[in-house]
Amino acid sequence: MEAFVSQIQSMTAIAAALIIGLGALGAAIGFGLLGGKFLESSARQPEMIPVLQVKLFIIAGLLDAIAMIGVGIGMLFIFNNPFLSAALEALKTAH
Amino acid sequence: MASNASEYIKHHLTHWNSSTGFWSLHVDSFTISLILAFVFAGVFATVARRARVENPGRLQLFVEMLITMVDQQVKDCFHGKSKVVAPMALTIFCWVFLMNAMDLLPVDLLPGIAQFIGYHFFGMNPEHVYLRVVPTADVDTTFAMSLSVLLCIVGFSITAKGMGGWGKELLTAPFHTHHPIARILLAPVNLLFQLIELAAKPISLSLRLFGNMYAGELIFILIALLPWWAQWALGAPWAIFHILIITLQAFVFMILTTVYLALAVESH
Repeated sequence: MEAFVSQIQSMTAIAAALIIGLGALGAAIGFGLLGGKFLESSARQPEMIPVLQVKLFIIAGLLDAIAMIGVGIGMLFIFNNPFLSAALEALKTAH
Repeated sequence: MASNASEYIKHHLTHWNSSTGFWSLHVDSFTISLILAFVFAGVFATVARRARVENPGRLQLFVEMLITMVDQQVKDCFHGKSKVVAPMALTIFCWVFLMNAMDLLPVDLLPGIAQFIGYHFFGMNPEHVYLRVVPTADVDTTFAMSLSVLLCIVGFSITAKGMGGWGKELLTAPFHTHHPIARILLAPVNLLFQLIELAAKPISLSLRLFGNMYAGELIFILIALLPWWAQWALGAPWAIFHILIITLQAFVFMILTTVYLALAVESH
């Protein structure tokens, strides 16, 4: 019984870590590329900085999206583990 | 209040449900979002009624600044003719910002007051008084908003192109051809692409906002579990960062709504 619960919890921990980590990796690379291009274009055309800054924030909001969805799902797994609840329900009905 | 950390977290992540199951209403999200909507509408309507050219007050100048900003963004994105898009964008921005800003209140403040009221006036067990104060950290609220935006997108499409025109576009875009047999073969492919695109818009719109707000709220709850002398060290930077996130997410929701509506009325 302990082995069963501990396996579910350890797999959930690894899953949540992968979700959050890979999302962060993608978002970080995306922000780096985005920021780099913004700085280059600001240096080329300083008069476009206000316009480009608005677009920068819009695209930053879009990049954040999937990473944040991943963080939300990861947090859900960590603090309100659905797999654990389902497994405990199954164990209860089996006994 | 709670015996240990995970009980505390679970307590703060439970909604004030009206019943159980799929159809139960999250009374806390619903009420708080309604109150904030009336706050926004009331303040803006009062300022509009008392608007004057000489000696405008600070509130009028602030409201004018917001309206100018939203108007500028809508003018940049939306090239059709509609009187509804800019007010809707303003409503989305201000309302989502107010709902997100509820996350900046201390984690135990409103739930503590609710527990006090519940215990002293209604004789309830404080352990069973649940209140989640951020409506946009609730999937129900964000999906309600984004599904309404989906209805607007479909409505604008039909208004701009007609029912037949929209149906034709679903079957002929993005892969165009003049060959009759290729047209028949490509129609289901086009329909699949269009439906996926149409479904991805509200899903991504709502989950983006939900994910940001849920993660933010959860980190505040985790910070609240720290000893009192450590809370400021972590809580202050996170709260400052969160102010940016709140504004950014409201802004992105507004811009994406405007862009989706602009895409809905443009003809290929």
